[in-house]
Amino acid sequence: MSDLLTLEGVSRRFGGLLAVDNVDLSVGRGEIVGLIGPNGAGKTTLVNVITGVYRPSAGTITYDGRRIDGMKTFRISRMGVARTFQTVQPFPAMTARENVMAPATFAGKSQGIAEARERAEEALEFVGLGDARDALASELTLAGRKRLELAKSLAMEPKVLLLDEVNAGLNSTEIDEALDLIRKVADSGVTIIIIEHLMKVVMSLCSRIVVLHHGGKIAEGTPDEVRNDRSVIEAYLGNRYASRSAGEASDG
Amino acid sequence: MNKKAVVSVAVVVAIIAALPVLGDNYLMRLGTMFGMYATLALSWNIIGGYAGYPSFATAAFFGLGAYTGALLQGAGVPMPLAWVAACASAALFAALLGLAILHLKGHYFAIASLIVGEVLVEVATSWRSLTGGGMGLNLPVLRMGVEAQSRLFFWSMYTLGVLALLMNWLVARSRLGFGLNCIRQNEDASAMVGINTKRYKVMAFTCSAVLVGGAGAMYASWVYYIEPPDVFDVLTSVKPIVMALLGGAGTVLGPAIGAGVFLVMEEVVWRNFLDVHSAILGILIVALIFLLPNGLLGLAIRRRKAAIVARLPTLAKRRKA
Repeated sequence: MSDLLTLEGVSRRFGGLLAVDNVDLSVGRGEIVGLIGPNGAGKTTLVNVITGVYRPSAGTITYDGRRIDGMKTFRISRMGVARTFQTVQPFPAMTARENVMAPATFAGKSQGIAEARERAEEALEFVGLGDARDALASELTLAGRKRLELAKSLAMEPKVLLLDEVNAGLNSTEIDEALDLIRKVADSGVTIIIIEHLMKVVMSLCSRIVVLHHGGKIAEGTPDEVRNDRSVIEAYLGNRYASRSAGEASDG
Repeated sequence: MNKKAVVSVAVVVAIIAALPVLGDNYLMRLGTMFGMYATLALSWNIIGGYAGYPSFATAAFFGLGAYTGALLQGAGVPMPLAWVAACASAALFAALLGLAILHLKGHYFAIASLIVGEVLVEVATSWRSLTGGGMGLNLPVLRMGVEAQSRLFFWSMYTLGVLALLMNWLVARSRLGFGLNCIRQNEDASAMVGINTKRYKVMAFTCSAVLVGGAGAMYASWVYYIEPPDVFDVLTSVKPIVMALLGGAGTVLGPAIGAGVFLVMEEVVWRNFLDVHSAILGILIVALIFLLPNGLLGLAIRRRKAAIVARLPTLAKRRKA
């Protein structure tokens, strides 16, 4: 099976800061890959590089057999790469339905307004916002706006979906609902890359986890492998804790 | 807009078109001004109202159109052809200018677009061999009666205004209008949902210039004489914005209504308070925009929104259940 998305030696520099440092990553079709790392590790920057918001300073990105590094954001979107924003980005003065009609019209395969409307309603129904379709986006709750983001992404009929902290700010019931939703999306055949701080989410969803620290990839593997990786523990909890837990591991 | 609204607008448009029947020259002059103001305000609406880019380039397009038309007519080109050429030159200029400055946002874009007119004044003033410099340009006098002329310019200007209204209506119903609406509300998210933001903004800017160029050329033919400070007057950039805001920016009809209201206010204030007319007009405008932040049309739209908000609490409850 060929990989859907491949990053080779991708870097992004902002002046003196190397926000993403020589990252290799390949994601297979239908995979759910977690992208974790401490604050400022470069996770969101990496998503911005993949989606064309930033050009990579070095390296290549291949998606579905085509080089996409250096392409404009709207082209990458139209090829089937969707993303949700860490801070929700709705069109505030439009209704939920109109919000979702935008990607259906411009990035999806919809022909004409009627079909875009239909696609939008399907997507809203899918994320559980069917009843709120006529509400203005600015009047939805945070959980509602997060779902709206997801519906917008789905209306693009993506092959790969980049979820940037979709669960931040939600309570635990809302998180459980969101998890079900993400699984449902994955089951429909969409490849998912998820950035997440909540370990519960990452551990339960992802088949593979990639850990970033200071812009570079420090570990990659199954949830269990990553959890016991010394460099990961060091990155999150510091050097002293890492050596102590290593000591405990050898004692036990 | 539903069918009933379209029909009533068509009726109003037809009634105003019959203005020459009254045979009043003052009214004809006002009617011609209305056509011009409506053209400017409706054109600005595409870039400023839909796309949310506060353009102050209207005077630049207007002056460019005026000089294009005047120079061509001076060279013997028939008047209607000169008008069409003025539209084309303004559109081309806007497309190139848009590619250069539409990556700027907010105040930066406003200032950049404002400067363009100032630069063109300098060019028109210094390039004496072509434009006559500060001496201005005279246009060939039409060989027809005074009344026939006033009818001709009224209908021409008014047709331009109706075309501008039609353009707004078409844009509002098209993918372009939808895309511009998205861009105004959130440009980053627009790119992410697949909108070619640069292309759409350039298209909007071009739409906002094409008929303004024609209005400039018609104005030149109408008054027979143009000079740089007159056709590149910064007020030509400011007034359409005020009109659009007054009527309702980002709506199809708002700017046209705003143009009418503005014209009436301008005339009434000017006639009654000659000495302090700009001060009084200024206060009136500030008061109106302050009291009606969404314009006159906004009153109707706000009521519709209120109805949607009122339904929300029930939605929230249902989701929790």
